Amino acid sequence: MSRNRAVPLAVVSRLAWRYLWRNYRRTLIMLLAIATGVWAMIFMTALMRGMVDQMILDGIDALPGYVQIHHPAYRDDPNIENSLAPPGPKLRKALDSTPVESWAPRVKLPAMISSERNDRGVTLLGVDPAREIELGFDPASIVAGRFLEGPQDQGLVVGRRMLERLETDLGKRVVVMSQTPDNDIADRGFRIVGVFKGDLASQEEQWIYAGLRTTQELLGMGDRLSEIAVTGGDYRDNEALLAHVRGAAGDGVEVLAWTELNSYLGLMLGVMDGFVLVWIIVIFMALSFGLANTLMMAVFERIREIGLMQALGMKPAAILLQILLESLMLLVLGLLLGNALAIASILPIRGGVDLSVVAEGFEMMGASSTLYPALKTQDLVLANAVVIVLGILTSLLPAWRASRYRPVEAIAKT
Amino acid sequence: MANIECVDLCKTYRQGDAVIKALDHVTLSIEPGGFVCLSGPSGSGKTTLLNMIGGLDRLDSGRISIDGERVDLLGKGPLADLRLHHIGFVFQAYNLIPVLSARENVEFVMQLQGVPARERRQKAMAILEEVGLAGMEDRRPAQLSGGQQQRVAVARAIVSQPRLVLADEPTANLDSVSATHLMELFLELNDNHGVTFLISTHDERVMRYARRLLRMRDGKVISDEKVTRN
Repeated sequence: MSRNRAVPLAVVSRLAWRYLWRNYRRTLIMLLAIATGVWAMIFMTALMRGMVDQMILDGIDALPGYVQIHHPAYRDDPNIENSLAPPGPKLRKALDSTPVESWAPRVKLPAMISSERNDRGVTLLGVDPAREIELGFDPASIVAGRFLEGPQDQGLVVGRRMLERLETDLGKRVVVMSQTPDNDIADRGFRIVGVFKGDLASQEEQWIYAGLRTTQELLGMGDRLSEIAVTGGDYRDNEALLAHVRGAAGDGVEVLAWTELNSYLGLMLGVMDGFVLVWIIVIFMALSFGLANTLMMAVFERIREIGLMQALGMKPAAILLQILLESLMLLVLGLLLGNALAIASILPIRGGVDLSVVAEGFEMMGASSTLYPALKTQDLVLANAVVIVLGILTSLLPAWRASRYRPVEAIAKT
Repeated sequence: MANIECVDLCKTYRQGDAVIKALDHVTLSIEPGGFVCLSGPSGSGKTTLLNMIGGLDRLDSGRISIDGERVDLLGKGPLADLRLHHIGFVFQAYNLIPVLSARENVEFVMQLQGVPARERRQKAMAILEEVGLAGMEDRRPAQLSGGQQQRVAVARAIVSQPRLVLADEPTANLDSVSATHLMELFLELNDNHGVTFLISTHDERVMRYARRLLRMRDGKVISDEKVTRN
């Protein structure tokens, strides 16, 4: 007697497709459920990813840089005594070569600022404005006046909120005081030449910008610096940049990546990937009950026909494949619809969603008031893969049960 | 042609506390090219015997062989192959696949057998014409009458010319004309192609076509008559 071992894919596929649409209302409802689930997976992930990315990028901007060089004691005590020498020839050469894209020397020290009405504790940033802009300072964030024009600029740039707190205005003079290396207090008057809008409210209240040379002269620190900030490549993968800078900086200084400089930000990056997976799986779990129920019903209502197919010579493996294919078709259609919906939802808001109404709350978490959804290929692939793989696994039980019916019992079912 | 040997077949079913002997030490042989009718009242074991020979159910004891191959010892896969390549089934209820058209139902077995599409289609169209369903090949079962559905089921059972056709009450839902036409078709296949037929029936019209008539009662074969037709 001849034996036919191949699974007849064409007839199995045709049956799967036809049975899928036999009860089209149920199929449409399940499709809608899968599509909504997939939409939620992708859309919400893009929003969350965008928020976290923005928090990280804002955090990196606030540092600034992906890598920083400090005196080893500076981070514990950001004091003028814990300063470092300007980059020597070896470090300078490294900073001017790949993978470094930009770098900036900075003085960053605690200070007091006083207007005629108020005084506040601030962080005095002595910067080279051209390098600062290369590093990420956005000139468009200057909402009144101008940014500094060079390291010798005699003006001062403050945040909007600081201006309010000091009850002063653009063009007015303020006094900035800080400690010198000799433990004396140095102070000088600055005219406010610019007002900036920060991504975070805390930046506007905390930071004041002065020229690098002007600050060094005020504090009598010669050409010493508080930090050197460096950027280059992808902020998510900065091992090469870190090794490059660390190799050139030598001993006696501390070279750290942003993930170590702000461990909260580093933790967020790691947690986000795990969170996306958990989020996708949680949504799928809710979906899987509907999927399993749909397939169980689809199998249950055609037990007799399954028995008939077996009686006619269809093997259990082909029955199993038929149910799995039916599930796969449902999942793929749901995925196509869900992906299209998600992309259609994300595209119109890719320029950012203004959350200024609730921005105070977001800013407490370190997020900015504009949310930019981040649609990552890896998240799309993950959502689709989870739905397909877990969907097929969910379908295995009904498919297996369908393939195990005894023909004579199945045919007798009414 | 198929030579069927059944030796001491026993099968019991449980219905609540009651044990029903569906087959009670049945022994019979059916010669190749036989045209055999099984008659008897409901519950006499006709359908169970057909199911056992077709490998749709498992015996409690006894043995069945078709052309020397022990059906009762085959696993699910080989049994499926045996049914696919050598046995045609016609069930009492029409048992068509509702999502396939009449032609696709007839092609179903050939498709599982791997017959090329063109040949499959030609054979299906020819057999549908032969059973009087020309022009109805694209209709789904729900669009066909009971008799038409039964004719599609018969067409599917015989289209690939199996060695054995097992028919369970094939005329139960047919009018006289359709029943006569169906039996003529069975006889033609039996005469010209040597297909062995084992038909269970209550229908006197069917029994008139039998060349051998087995009567069953309470799971036993109580008579075995050769019938000479004029």
